[in-house]
Amino acid sequence: MKIKIIENRKKFFTFSTILVVLALSALVFKGVNYGLDFTGGNLIQVKFEKTMELKELNPILNEISKEIPQLDNNSRKVQVSDDNVVIVRTPEMSEDVKNNFMKTLEEKAGKYDLLRSDKVGASVGEELKSTAIIALLVGLILIVGYITIRFEFKFALAAVLALFHDVIIAVGGIALLGYEVNTPFIAAVLTILGYSINDTIVVFDRIREVLKKKKVSTLGEAVDLSVNQTLTRSINTSFTTFLAVLAILIFGGASLKVFITTLLIGVLIGTYSSIFLASPVIYLLDKDEKLSDIGHN
Amino acid sequence: MRKGYMYRIIFVAIVVLSAAWFTVTKPVKLGLDLKGGVYVLLEAKPEEGQRLDNEAMGRLIEVLNRRVNGLGVSESSVQKVGDKRVMVELPGITDTEQAIDMIGKTALMEFKIQNADGTLGETLLTGGALKSAAVSYDNLGRPQISFEMTLDGATKFAEITRNNIGKQLAITMDGVIQTAPRINSEIAGGQGVITGNYTAEEAKNTASLLNAGALPVKAEILETRSVGATLGDESIAQSETAGIIAIGLIAVFMVVFYRLPGLVANLALVCFGLITFATLNFFDATLTLPGIAGIILSVGMAVDANVIIFERIKEELRFGNTVMASIEAGFKKAFSTIMDSNITTLIITTILFTLGTGPVKGFAVTLTIGVLASMFTAITITKVLLRGFTMLFKIDKPSLFGVRGK
Repeated sequence: MKIKIIENRKKFFTFSTILVVLALSALVFKGVNYGLDFTGGNLIQVKFEKTMELKELNPILNEISKEIPQLDNNSRKVQVSDDNVVIVRTPEMSEDVKNNFMKTLEEKAGKYDLLRSDKVGASVGEELKSTAIIALLVGLILIVGYITIRFEFKFALAAVLALFHDVIIAVGGIALLGYEVNTPFIAAVLTILGYSINDTIVVFDRIREVLKKKKVSTLGEAVDLSVNQTLTRSINTSFTTFLAVLAILIFGGASLKVFITTLLIGVLIGTYSSIFLASPVIYLLDKDEKLSDIGHN
Repeated sequence: MRKGYMYRIIFVAIVVLSAAWFTVTKPVKLGLDLKGGVYVLLEAKPEEGQRLDNEAMGRLIEVLNRRVNGLGVSESSVQKVGDKRVMVELPGITDTEQAIDMIGKTALMEFKIQNADGTLGETLLTGGALKSAAVSYDNLGRPQISFEMTLDGATKFAEITRNNIGKQLAITMDGVIQTAPRINSEIAGGQGVITGNYTAEEAKNTASLLNAGALPVKAEILETRSVGATLGDESIAQSETAGIIAIGLIAVFMVVFYRLPGLVANLALVCFGLITFATLNFFDATLTLPGIAGIILSVGMAVDANVIIFERIKEELRFGNTVMASIEAGFKKAFSTIMDSNITTLIITTILFTLGTGPVKGFAVTLTIGVLASMFTAITITKVLLRGFTMLFKIDKPSLFGVRGK
């Protein structure tokens, strides 16, 4: 098997462009479904002793909302899973109001076991957004710095382009799925950053080596040769990581679903971009110089 | 070279055995999301003109600690987060209402002169001036409340008492009078007693209220999270299943694809697991749900380092080099790739750790430890084992490395 990256680069660029446009439109038209950590509010998760259905629960909540306006149909989100586990999200409630709600719920809907109760202030959510953006920017700057030192700026540029590509597609994918995102989502996006760059660098490393040894006469050939030499490794690594991520997705429980799905998209798209996007971009950036200076270091 | 190799075997054996010992003898500390409990994040809100310095924060933490100890939770923790926030963790607590109520009481204690008509004068001192209060007994064995002021508070308190002898000094909590003892004399030195017709029970309650309520600065609850024990147990069970299946699948894949090195990689993976857990233990890190995800993910990355090395070895074998020479060259050439790719991951985990909050921090810690452990196992342990097997069984067939014969 021999993949001709440079020859087919336009196809890959087109494919990536389509994906990015799709992801961006998902972000613009559908938007990210921000969860409690970002918006602030209350969340309670209870496990009823009996099976509970939305049809049964909603009128009860409507009833309670006469006393507690936060439970109004427009401001609450209710979710039923596993037949008897119910998650209710509301705008911020004080401790007293929440306790009152919990008591009334037990009276009207039946006995339950409190699994989780979270409350996040709105200011904390705002902070989280700005921290996430700072983290992303600082991460990018440091990575550009590191790659520029170890390789050269063109490589850093190509890697960062691939990174943006991966992150946009992953975030857009989650927006499209409509999953609710919380703090772990930020961790997942930053991990994609790490993973994607990890994958890209293995290919770059080979390009640098091929260039140094002057095995080929043009950069295009160097890119093709390097990608093909590292292809088995790229696929095997992605496959093993994919296995790990898939196992958590299937058996790891609901609380990790968004986190892991984000990683899953990231691993797949990160593998693709390191092979089919980052490498031909280097070729584009360096087209006229035939061979990068890196061979002379 | 033989001697150097012996030393390396001994070194690896010591590392792995001590890691195993560490892992077995000390259980990993579990986070609140895994064992259940209450998490509260508070932020100090200084009033106008009030300074929020280290001392005030220190006092706030002290008071919160006292409140938390009042709940009788073992392994509770009160930690400063950033400049003006305090994080309280109460593992294993079931009565979350009571806990949040107790910690979150924003009561601000104030000292005011009570006029004859019962009205209150202006605030003279706040709870920040009070260091501690306790029940003591007078000569006749009647319960009273003795208290101690801070250095700063003592000076002001002396002045107030000197100027108001004979009047009643009201101690209010959120504007409600708790007690209003008569000032009998100037109280210098910051130590005094409040007498009254207290029962032992009343005295104890008032003392603990003074202690608990003595917030030097208002604190507002920003965030509370409580996780029931059931959910925690489920999470642990689910992540164990996920972990075992993930590792099992990877192990099978490695043996099928890489044969002998695959087997070695699996042994190295076991060592990786031991070292990771031992390191977590050593640093007293707390394992959270995202933390477990970090470990499982680093298993994937640990395998990557081995894959990079083995692919290199296979390349060398295809060139027709001997097995031993290929192993040497493979490790040598893979080294810089492994370094570069892992350092970028470490850059990310460092940012996550620095900027992240609770769960993200946990993830960053385990991923960092995982990446470092994977580098160590891939570069050192895999090498020692692979060379050992090759020498011991005099292996010279490239097919055992997954390379098809020509």
